[in-house]
Amino acid sequence: MVVSGTRDRAAAATPPAPGRKAVYRSTVGAKGVMAVSGLLLLLFLVAHMAGNLKIFFGAESFDHYAHWLRDIGAPVLPHTWYLWIQRFVLTAALVGHAWAATVLALRAKRARPVRYAHRPKVQGSYAARTMRWGGVIILLFLVWHLLDLTVGTVNPVGNPATPYANVVAGFAPSRWPVTLFYALAVVAIGFHVRHGLFSALRTLGQRTAKGEQRARVAALGFAIILCAGFLSVPFAVLVGLVG
Amino acid sequence: MKLTLRIWRQKDRDARGRMVAYDVDGLSADMSFLEVLDVLNEQLTTAGDEPVAFDHDCREGICGACGMVINGVAHGPQKLTTACQLHMRHFKDGDTIDVEPWRARAFPVVKDLVVDRSAFDRIIQAGGYISAPTGSAPDAHATPVPKVDADAAFEAAACIGCGACVAACPNGSAMLFTAAKVAHLGTLPQGQPERPSRATSMLAAHDEAGFGGCTNTGECTAVCPKGIPLTVIGSLNHDVLGAAVRGR
Amino acid sequence: MTTNPGEFVLGEPIADTAAPDGPLAERWTRRRSTGRLVNPANRRRLDVIVVGSGLAGGSAAATLGELGYRVRCYCYQDSPRRAHSIAAQGGINAAKNYRNDGDSVERLFHDTIKGGDFRSRESNVYRLAEVSVEIIDQCVAQGVPFAREYGGLLDTRSFGGAQVSRTFYARGQTGQQLLLGAYQALERQVNAGTVTMHTRHEMLDLIVVDGRARGIVVRDLETGAVTVDLADAVVLASGGYGNVFHLSTNAKGCNVTASWRAHRRGALFANPAFTQIHPTCIPVSGDHQSKLTLMSESLRNDGRVWVPAEAGDTRAPGDIPEDERDYFLERRYPAYGNLVPRDIASRATKAVCDDGRGVGPGGRGVYLDFADALERLGRATVEARYGNLFEMYERITGDDPYQTPMRIYPAVHYTMGGLWVDYDLRSTIPGLFVIGEANFSDHGANRLGASALMQGLADGYFVLPNTIGAYLADGPFPKLTPKHPDVVEARTAVTDQVRRLLTIDGDRSVDSFHRELGRIMWEYCGMERTDAGLRKAIELIRSLREEFWARVKVPGTGAELNQSLERAGRVADFFELAELMCVDALHRTESCGGHFRAESQTPDGEALRDDEHFSYVAAWEHATPPVLHKEELAFEYETPSQRSYS
Repeated sequence: MVVSGTRDRAAAATPPAPGRKAVYRSTVGAKGVMAVSGLLLLLFLVAHMAGNLKIFFGAESFDHYAHWLRDIGAPVLPHTWYLWIQRFVLTAALVGHAWAATVLALRAKRARPVRYAHRPKVQGSYAARTMRWGGVIILLFLVWHLLDLTVGTVNPVGNPATPYANVVAGFAPSRWPVTLFYALAVVAIGFHVRHGLFSALRTLGQRTAKGEQRARVAALGFAIILCAGFLSVPFAVLVGLVG
Repeated sequence: MKLTLRIWRQKDRDARGRMVAYDVDGLSADMSFLEVLDVLNEQLTTAGDEPVAFDHDCREGICGACGMVINGVAHGPQKLTTACQLHMRHFKDGDTIDVEPWRARAFPVVKDLVVDRSAFDRIIQAGGYISAPTGSAPDAHATPVPKVDADAAFEAAACIGCGACVAACPNGSAMLFTAAKVAHLGTLPQGQPERPSRATSMLAAHDEAGFGGCTNTGECTAVCPKGIPLTVIGSLNHDVLGAAVRGR
Repeated sequence: MTTNPGEFVLGEPIADTAAPDGPLAERWTRRRSTGRLVNPANRRRLDVIVVGSGLAGGSAAATLGELGYRVRCYCYQDSPRRAHSIAAQGGINAAKNYRNDGDSVERLFHDTIKGGDFRSRESNVYRLAEVSVEIIDQCVAQGVPFAREYGGLLDTRSFGGAQVSRTFYARGQTGQQLLLGAYQALERQVNAGTVTMHTRHEMLDLIVVDGRARGIVVRDLETGAVTVDLADAVVLASGGYGNVFHLSTNAKGCNVTASWRAHRRGALFANPAFTQIHPTCIPVSGDHQSKLTLMSESLRNDGRVWVPAEAGDTRAPGDIPEDERDYFLERRYPAYGNLVPRDIASRATKAVCDDGRGVGPGGRGVYLDFADALERLGRATVEARYGNLFEMYERITGDDPYQTPMRIYPAVHYTMGGLWVDYDLRSTIPGLFVIGEANFSDHGANRLGASALMQGLADGYFVLPNTIGAYLADGPFPKLTPKHPDVVEARTAVTDQVRRLLTIDGDRSVDSFHRELGRIMWEYCGMERTDAGLRKAIELIRSLREEFWARVKVPGTGAELNQSLERAGRVADFFELAELMCVDALHRTESCGGHFRAESQTPDGEALRDDEHFSYVAAWEHATPPVLHKEELAFEYETPSQRSYS
């Protein structure tokens, strides 16, 4: 009894594990938000890319697809409801993603108040080191992209009823700087996905060496497929395959 | 062999530091990097200057006391090697070498190249153990441990707590250190009862100390003198998020 | 007062009165079941200071904290995890007999007594063997990742020529893993509030009040503040003193200061001359050398030791034909060959180098050649067995052992001597307990491989926590304030010494003195000692010490992190210890274990013990000249026998 009595003292002083709330507020919590939101955005990108490829089946097919998007879920969901739900979820994911990134970036900045005089050499992954700037570039691109092909404000055609025409006009050879910007952004997304997917899986608990290999291959695979898919459309417009 | 060392000099915690250049001559390729600092200090002492303070103890790469960023790389250019085991044959005569302390808010500079790494002890205090008071142990063979698990636990347990991972991390994160302990103890059957609380408590202490979050860049594992794999961080994430999801 | 070199006074004999009598196998059980206990409510009111955080100190502090004492633990490093126990490679012995190869507590006891060349106590050694079993259980429960077999059970290996496989290991990092286990247990208690950890603090004196150890004077190494800490008992776990040789396998910071200051305050120092020299270390490559790196002795299982047959042969090893090589261990000890015990291998190595046949820089090295093993076993097998050691060797020397033979030379590794303690691990100052390498208790004149870790943890986890209660049951002792004259005196002594070191402002660095002291010790008080050599050494030490106090240069101030100042204090104590070591080595005219007197050897050059005159522990009292108290060793269960390996 005597001995257990004193041991209780030691045991009692061990702090209880911080609850769920603490986890969400922790760095891993922020990373969890980053990972889940990132995966949602990635899913969207895959679907988006697959949809884009419809353009190779002609204007009718592509426009039909664009209209169909507005009717997903019908008749359970009224016209465009699904799209709005998706937009809402994606916006939330985007906000969550950016919020987590900002929190972690500020933390990282605070964590090293004095910088190295000799600039540290990159020993690990280059893609990983460019996540933050890459993310900002992608965000800027997104604004442009929505104005160009969704809202149509900056698109020469800008008619929501004729997405095919919008695309063809948007990537017209005369607008090459726009296309170049688009291409750069897609490559940035590729880099972002390459590290982001790997990182998200790690955050969500991937913890074996073999799994790490698979995660790296998957991340690279997704990055390449997304790049190829997204770049094929402006390329096709540029060389006149689509027009 | 002759070198120019540009070394971070800082009188105490509150003082401002700066890089100061010193020429050191008469070095041999068989010297370790710390022995070069010894030679420099001997020079400074006899000249009436203050020698450079740096942490070091075992000088065989296991105590984890030494650590400095050499030309932008924690522990210098040789992989899987602590500064005390880094030999001068990896440098060229006439080189200029920059030597800086670990830089992180959670590792304040005490003097010159000496930093305060007590944050690591606080992380361990928060839960980096198995509660097995002396005398309470069953026979060592009571619980067999699959060899793969024992080997994996050892691999993670090989961490020497030097802090190179923090020094190299662009986020100033100590996740590799924290996760190595979580993975070591969480891989063993003896570590299961406290597994969920261990990971969350240690993470809380990690964040509290002012370390940054992990972005899986892998800079840490690249400079780790013991080659602790990045996968251990997955174990920590798994335990932390798993505990949160299960509400433990 | 000046004395002649080697002069000493014979004092009263001393005896270990704490050891229970009766059958050897029951002594520890009886001691535990009859010792006085401390009421748990009282433990909260009892302060215990632990100096050192290695295997012994860390495990003791953790366990005392678990028991409910108020513990304060001190270490000079920036974290308790850095204590030099961390560097132990080989393993830890335990009489588990998991292999069914005939091991038992009795056999481990026998091997340890014999290995110590019959210069240790039966009661202590038996207890050590008994407790060894519990250590493994404890460490496994803590999560120490020992090597395992495919069936999930613990793997063991045979170590240092033992006939049974009783050494548990965690690759080549057993010490690290055991220490981290103790460290984690310690940090758990820090978290629980039972232990307060003081890192970067160095004990610089012991406070003795009314004949009891009541506290320590410490210097905060970061701020330079000298403070006192008062308590009911003080436990020293401050390690060994191998760094008196300057170059050793010890960490740079290892020092004798805590032990030495306790010695100066009245604790007897036992068998200081008993030091262990390890044959397989990487040789010195130049004057800049700051430490020696040990390579596991297992290398001798497959490596062959040789030197050129002719002195002055400077050819590359590969160019020396087989018949111009001298495989001197195989030649001199055909039965054991390259596997002769550490001290024999070390001395034989020194002898061939003294002949001028040594290899490498300065001629202080011999080849350890794996060419035969590579041919016989193939590279894959050699790599599996020694891959990490070969890598380590290559990292340090730049030579590839698969291509050219390794070069090795002996180095000081462990010190069997230390503060005298009784069966309860209590020194001659009541309230001062000494554990681990800092005490002298269990290894006699030579320590077996993989036994240092065993002793450190036995003392810290199991022995001390069970014996300290008998002393503390009389506590809490009268409350002391820092104003007590004895406390003030101790603190002043420390501040005075610090000031003195800083004001000499000479022209030689501390390290230069340390290096020179080390050379003297290595030359005259190393592997082979002679009457004339030891006398000469004492004179050299004395004059060097005088020079130290006149010419040492300690830059900076006392009120800051000042590593030169730290080292200066340690070297000052090494000077005094060095002289006592020589006196002890000089007075013990026999050879035994790690102590080899050239005058006492068999016709084939083996150590020749003199049981009739020297079957005792030499416990030295600090005085000028030093006073020798003999503790006679009685052997009831073991019969001292002369070792023979030829």
